[in-house]
Amino acid sequence: MIRVQREDFDVGGELAALSSGDRGIGGVASFVGLVREAAGGGAVGAMTLEHYPGMTEKKLAEIEAEAQRRWPLSASLIIHRYGRLEPGDRIVLVATASSHRQAALEACAFLIDWLKTEAPFWKLEEVGGEQRWVEARDSDDTAAARWRR
Amino acid sequence: MRILYFAWLRSRVGMASEVVDPPATVTDVAGLLDWLATRSPGHQAALADRRVVRVAINQDYAQPDAAVKTGDEIAIFPPVTGG
Repeated sequence: MIRVQREDFDVGGELAALSSGDRGIGGVASFVGLVREAAGGGAVGAMTLEHYPGMTEKKLAEIEAEAQRRWPLSASLIIHRYGRLEPGDRIVLVATASSHRQAALEACAFLIDWLKTEAPFWKLEEVGGEQRWVEARDSDDTAAARWRR
Repeated sequence: MRILYFAWLRSRVGMASEVVDPPATVTDVAGLLDWLATRSPGHQAALADRRVVRVAINQDYAQPDAAVKTGDEIAIFPPVTGG
């Protein structure tokens, strides 16, 4: 399931909902991304996430389908927020459920790694009263590349 | 053909979207970017360094040699930084 929204989400509630009703699920893995205060050259006061409506949902659905193809998942969930966020705020939730932990853990790592290099989101940071666009990191490409086939 | 700009490309070009009608000699992504760069100093500045420009045709990533045609939605943006 894919959700792109401005509103916050309840991690506990989402994880409980993901596995409810399926007694075959043996484990749920999750990743929660937060707005970090520390940036290069100062403290981040706030961050605005911009995205490309339409392509965002399309790419996230493709990434989720790829995870479902590679691992035996019982359920999966990607929630990504957009708009203005402050340090400590939740940005993204990725969760996967499977009968065994390995598939859930690996698929969860795959989803967040691929999301970071494929989904059309951009972060605008406010540091010291100035706004600047966050630059893509080579380390994100490296993290995503380990899942290439 | 509808062109969408995101993040700092939008700021530098000075608009979020525009509808353009490029000449018939423009057949692929690289040619389209070359032609768009001639439209204003803002376009030229935004598209100067192609290493940090990504393009999507109808919401799928496209390489420089990908074909573009009338009616396409072309999005132009920097490398993504979500997650």
